[in-house]
Amino acid sequence: MVTLKINDQEVKVAEGTTVLEAAKKLGVIIPTLCNHPDLCVAGNCRVCVVEQKGARTLIAACAMPVSEGMDIHTNSLKVRNARKHIVELLLSEHRADCTKCYKNQKCELQTLANEYSFGEHLFLDLVEGHAYNIDRSSPSFTKDDSKCIRCQRCVRTCAQLQHVSAIAVANKGAHMKISSFHDRPMSHVVCTNCGQCVNRCPTGALTEKTYIDQVWDAIYDKDRHVVVQTAPAVRVALGEDLGYDPGERVTGKMVTALRQLGFDSVLDTDFTADLTIIEEGTELLSRLKKVLVDKDNSTALPMFTSCSPGWIKFIEHKYPDMLPNLSTCKSPQQMFGALAKTFYAKKRNLDPAKVISVSIMPCTAKKYEADRPEMRSSGYKDIDFVLTTRELAVMIKQAGIDFRTLEPSHYDSIMGTSTGAAVIFGATGGVMEAALRTAYELVTGKPVPFKNLNITPVRGMEGVKEATVKIEGTTEEWRFLEGAELKVAIAHGLVNANKVAKAVSSGKASYHFIEIMACPGGCIGGGGQPIPTNAVVRQKRMDAIYSEDMHMDLRKSHENPEVVAIYEEFLEKPNGHKSHELLHTHYVAREAY
Amino acid sequence: MENKGLTKVDLIFESIDIRKVMTKAFEMTSEEIINEILESGLKGRGGAGFPTGLKWKYTAAEKEPEKYIVCNADEGEPGTFKDREILDRVVYKVYGGMAIAGRAMGAKKGFIYLRGEYRFLLPQLFLELHKFHKMISEIGYDFNIEYRMGSGAYICGEESALFESIEGFRGEPRNKPPYPTVSGLFSKPTSINNVETLVTAVMIIDKGAGEYVKLGTKDSRGSKVFSISGDTPIPGIFELELGMTVQEFVNEFGDGDTKAVQVGGASGFCVPRKKFAETIIGFEGVPTGGSMKLFNSSRSMYNVLHNYLDFFTEESCGQCTPCRVGCQQLLKGVEKVKKGEAKSTYLNELVKLADTMKVASKCGLGQSVGNAFKSIVENFREEIIY
Repeated sequence: MVTLKINDQEVKVAEGTTVLEAAKKLGVIIPTLCNHPDLCVAGNCRVCVVEQKGARTLIAACAMPVSEGMDIHTNSLKVRNARKHIVELLLSEHRADCTKCYKNQKCELQTLANEYSFGEHLFLDLVEGHAYNIDRSSPSFTKDDSKCIRCQRCVRTCAQLQHVSAIAVANKGAHMKISSFHDRPMSHVVCTNCGQCVNRCPTGALTEKTYIDQVWDAIYDKDRHVVVQTAPAVRVALGEDLGYDPGERVTGKMVTALRQLGFDSVLDTDFTADLTIIEEGTELLSRLKKVLVDKDNSTALPMFTSCSPGWIKFIEHKYPDMLPNLSTCKSPQQMFGALAKTFYAKKRNLDPAKVISVSIMPCTAKKYEADRPEMRSSGYKDIDFVLTTRELAVMIKQAGIDFRTLEPSHYDSIMGTSTGAAVIFGATGGVMEAALRTAYELVTGKPVPFKNLNITPVRGMEGVKEATVKIEGTTEEWRFLEGAELKVAIAHGLVNANKVAKAVSSGKASYHFIEIMACPGGCIGGGGQPIPTNAVVRQKRMDAIYSEDMHMDLRKSHENPEVVAIYEEFLEKPNGHKSHELLHTHYVAREAY
Repeated sequence: MENKGLTKVDLIFESIDIRKVMTKAFEMTSEEIINEILESGLKGRGGAGFPTGLKWKYTAAEKEPEKYIVCNADEGEPGTFKDREILDRVVYKVYGGMAIAGRAMGAKKGFIYLRGEYRFLLPQLFLELHKFHKMISEIGYDFNIEYRMGSGAYICGEESALFESIEGFRGEPRNKPPYPTVSGLFSKPTSINNVETLVTAVMIIDKGAGEYVKLGTKDSRGSKVFSISGDTPIPGIFELELGMTVQEFVNEFGDGDTKAVQVGGASGFCVPRKKFAETIIGFEGVPTGGSMKLFNSSRSMYNVLHNYLDFFTEESCGQCTPCRVGCQQLLKGVEKVKKGEAKSTYLNELVKLADTMKVASKCGLGQSVGNAFKSIVENFREEIIY
């Protein structure tokens, strides 16, 4: 243990603790900007400088480990002067059109400016002299360099959490900026559109591309029938943007709010999550059969899940030779979209041309996914607009809805019924667990041998999880699997996905089925989720997801009555002709930079 | 303060029997080598002046089996060109210094990070290196040196940015601690020394610390190679004993009309005529990595300052706020004042900003921008305003 003094108060902390963490222990707040709990220390914004008695210079509290006998002052004249200068310097290179900015009142620089910079600006405006670029090329987000304060949170996120490095630092001195390979537009580089950088940007430099106005226009257009679907992870996070603490389940209130916003039908992505399990589970079993029984070497194993569009783009760029290993199933969002303008429209007697399909997603990559040319199986753009959890919160506020006082209500039907297996799609390991609940039962006729159906080995925040399920007591049809050990792996965050993909690619791993989610924690930690998202918040959202599962009457996808019905009425059979037409897709090999 | 007067010496470039020195060092223990360097009082010749013996001692004390000796040959300080001359004429002493350092610290691998613009020296340097490797392996050394090239960024002369560059990353300074002696190149204990420091170390081992301390003052032991440029009839490289005043220096090298001397390059201090007599060149006065620029009365100190600020605005890595934005503000600020678009009192705000940059920047670059800025603005204020 190390003893030091901060503002004349003594504190004992473990060796290796930073001054910032030690101060926090004492309740001493030191402002930060480039620091983010998910990321490695940068120490480059210098907002957190504090005075260490006897030191030649001020020190960055976030980057300085404690040492015995340190005497730290966090609010001395020297510190305040320096901090004010630093905030003023950042403001001088930041286009501060705050009232027009999407991040207004949610901007960390603005918060600092409130505390340190009022009245006349000390320094000259440097924004006008620069030719800043605003990159609107991605369907998912906008990158506005005039608002960038070069904290490099985005760069560290992209490298450290996602192993993508679509953005990096370019040039030096006054021309230093966050850029892409050869300064290409973001739509033409390895960017997966995951939005993790957007979630961590302290200013309005990286923001999701918002479609709020388009959705309002559709809602007000009386000729249109506007359906909305909500992804599993939205219901455990939306509350955070509406005044609740992290981990609050607001499913029923959210449904009521969506209805009050004016959507014609409030439906659930969870329905197609259940459908995904049937389609993907069938695909896995048929691949296993082809390999094990038919000895078909052209069938690729292991099979990767395909629900996460960030992951899809990642593998398309980085491991194009493994595209045959990806499940051909569309993501639940896109299955929903394809069915909304076919099955749903037909059942409701609607002209599909007049159906507008909106989805609420924890994700920015979903905006990109909806724009993919493959996603027009209904003959129309299957999903018209994708909004993030954050955008939905904005709409609720715009509509003047007092969210806290809303009475919970249920999803509409059809395509609004779901199971607990679907809701856990929102957490890492959830798709695997849902798939196992169904596949095991399909093959053996018995429920998975875990208490309360909770397959705990596939749960949790570990970056890469592995599990083996021994299949015993198979029914006649699946006898070839008797005694087989199904090896599965789960990875979340693309840095972990890369580890697994690399192991598979080099032949070092012998899995059968792998779940991959692009974002840390899975969709609960998605790029479109409320800010801040960090380890503590992700854990609370995850707990809420599993609690949501436990509160559901039905907890296995194949027991979803609407899923059973849609096969009887429309799809005929899993992986059948109609399924392939509407619910499955193909992938594209892309450049590696 | 001790004043030794101006004495020219010839130690750095004199020919020595390198095999003899290397053999002598080979027979010394690690402790003996380090003590010799400690006793000599040698301070780093790159400009910062950290005691070389301590650096070696700290690196030697690390338990890690893999360690590195890095020679900083990224000579980029404006007005410095002495390392080029050293490499050109006596590179075998640089190699010798590295191998002796390696022996003292238990490192088997050395890297020379060579300024990109000095690439043309390479064929000759490789030839010498080949001979050197052969010679020391005959003595029994297990030490190998490789070259790594810089690409023109001034910041890569900063030790931790230099490591990043060698490792293949963007040249950006790291947070300290950890210091290089604990975690340097490839996160291993590393001793990084300037070209001239390593040559001086060879000299100390050869002649003994006792002989070396006869040169210079208490705070600035030994002699130093100076790169002399500007308004002087005799520009070039001169090795001088440390401890002279700027006045004595100007008497020797000035053109009779010297109004200021910039000691230590863009990151150093500007000494005006009125302070020539009282200012010692060395760690007790104004330290320098060797750059000495003389300005006579025909020079505009506004132009000099503008040139330096322009340089820093371009050469800041851009990573930390005080340096990246501060440099731009200082540059634009003096431009505005000069044009009469800002009040002359705005200079006072800029001086305060320079103070902030000095205490809040991440590395030595940003921390030293204020040296030239303040010493020019304070001593030549009227030239900045009018």
